[in-house]
Amino acid sequence: MGPRLKLFLPLVIFASLALFLYRGLDLDPRALPSALIDRPVPEFSLPVLGQERLVGPADVIGEPALFNVWATWCISCRVEHPYLQQLADRGVVIYGVNYKDESAAAQRWLDELGDPYRLNIVDAEGTLGIDLGVYGAPETYFVDAAGVIRYRHVGIIDEKTWNTVLEPVYREMQVERSAP
Amino acid sequence: MSWKVLLGPLLGLFLSAPVAAVIETYEFSNPELEQRYQDLSFELRCPKCQNQNIADSNAPIAQDLRRLLYQQLEAGASDEEILEYMVARYGEFVRYRPSFSSSTAVLWLAPLILLLLALGVALFAVRSRRPAATEPLSEEERQKVRELLARGDRKA
Repeated sequence: MGPRLKLFLPLVIFASLALFLYRGLDLDPRALPSALIDRPVPEFSLPVLGQERLVGPADVIGEPALFNVWATWCISCRVEHPYLQQLADRGVVIYGVNYKDESAAAQRWLDELGDPYRLNIVDAEGTLGIDLGVYGAPETYFVDAAGVIRYRHVGIIDEKTWNTVLEPVYREMQVERSAP
Repeated sequence: MSWKVLLGPLLGLFLSAPVAAVIETYEFSNPELEQRYQDLSFELRCPKCQNQNIADSNAPIAQDLRRLLYQQLEAGASDEEILEYMVARYGEFVRYRPSFSSSTAVLWLAPLILLLLALGVALFAVRSRRPAATEPLSEEERQKVRELLARGDRKA
């Protein structure tokens, strides 16, 4: 390297560092990749909200669905609830995982705000939550027809995230299902 | 009052601070389990928090993981089994010392690479400076040095 070129070395180092850090500005440190992507839904046997029966994975897989982890103590869940209702009205299959909640309060919530869920799995102790790698509500897992977790969304689902990120995932799961 | 009277409480104050981290207490069937509980809860990272271990965090998920850790230790699980269990659910994120893999290679190797780079730069800098300092004096220069030294002697 010529002595003149060598003078630019600090500039090059600075520029590459700046580029690296600039990229870091856009990254979300909370975006934690799920360890369960491409893995089957974990085993569980839990009660259904408002019913006297237990369900396991076999009862809730078979078609592409969303598993929405929610609770009445979760304020963001209240924010996303109307949009979930819209999705359900459009025919999106949503199962609820009522996470570390009181069933009476959960039932009241559904009576008052509407029920977008096909059924709600009562996870009072948070055991299914831990098996799913849930670290806070709301979280939504996209499970395909074969019962494999394809995507995990942390935070509320609104029109923007649905249109840009989530709907393509859901569509893909549906397309795969119709193709043999 | 002798200063020694104060020493005990003072030492207690300074030495006890790091231990008072956990909120709930668990009764362990033997002290060895308790020690492993301490070690693991300091090594496991709270998934909800950005940079806190589960021993320090108040988040509900950290409480759950502490309870789980306690239950698994009492059930006789090994450290590896517990870490494996946590990683299977929360990914390598939950470990402050993630295992070496293709995705964590950069993390583990970066310090080494930076150190080697720094050593290289340092070596290069030292090398490029040396010739100027070690070039021998010509006979003419030696003569001049002798003259200058002799003049200095006279002044003193």
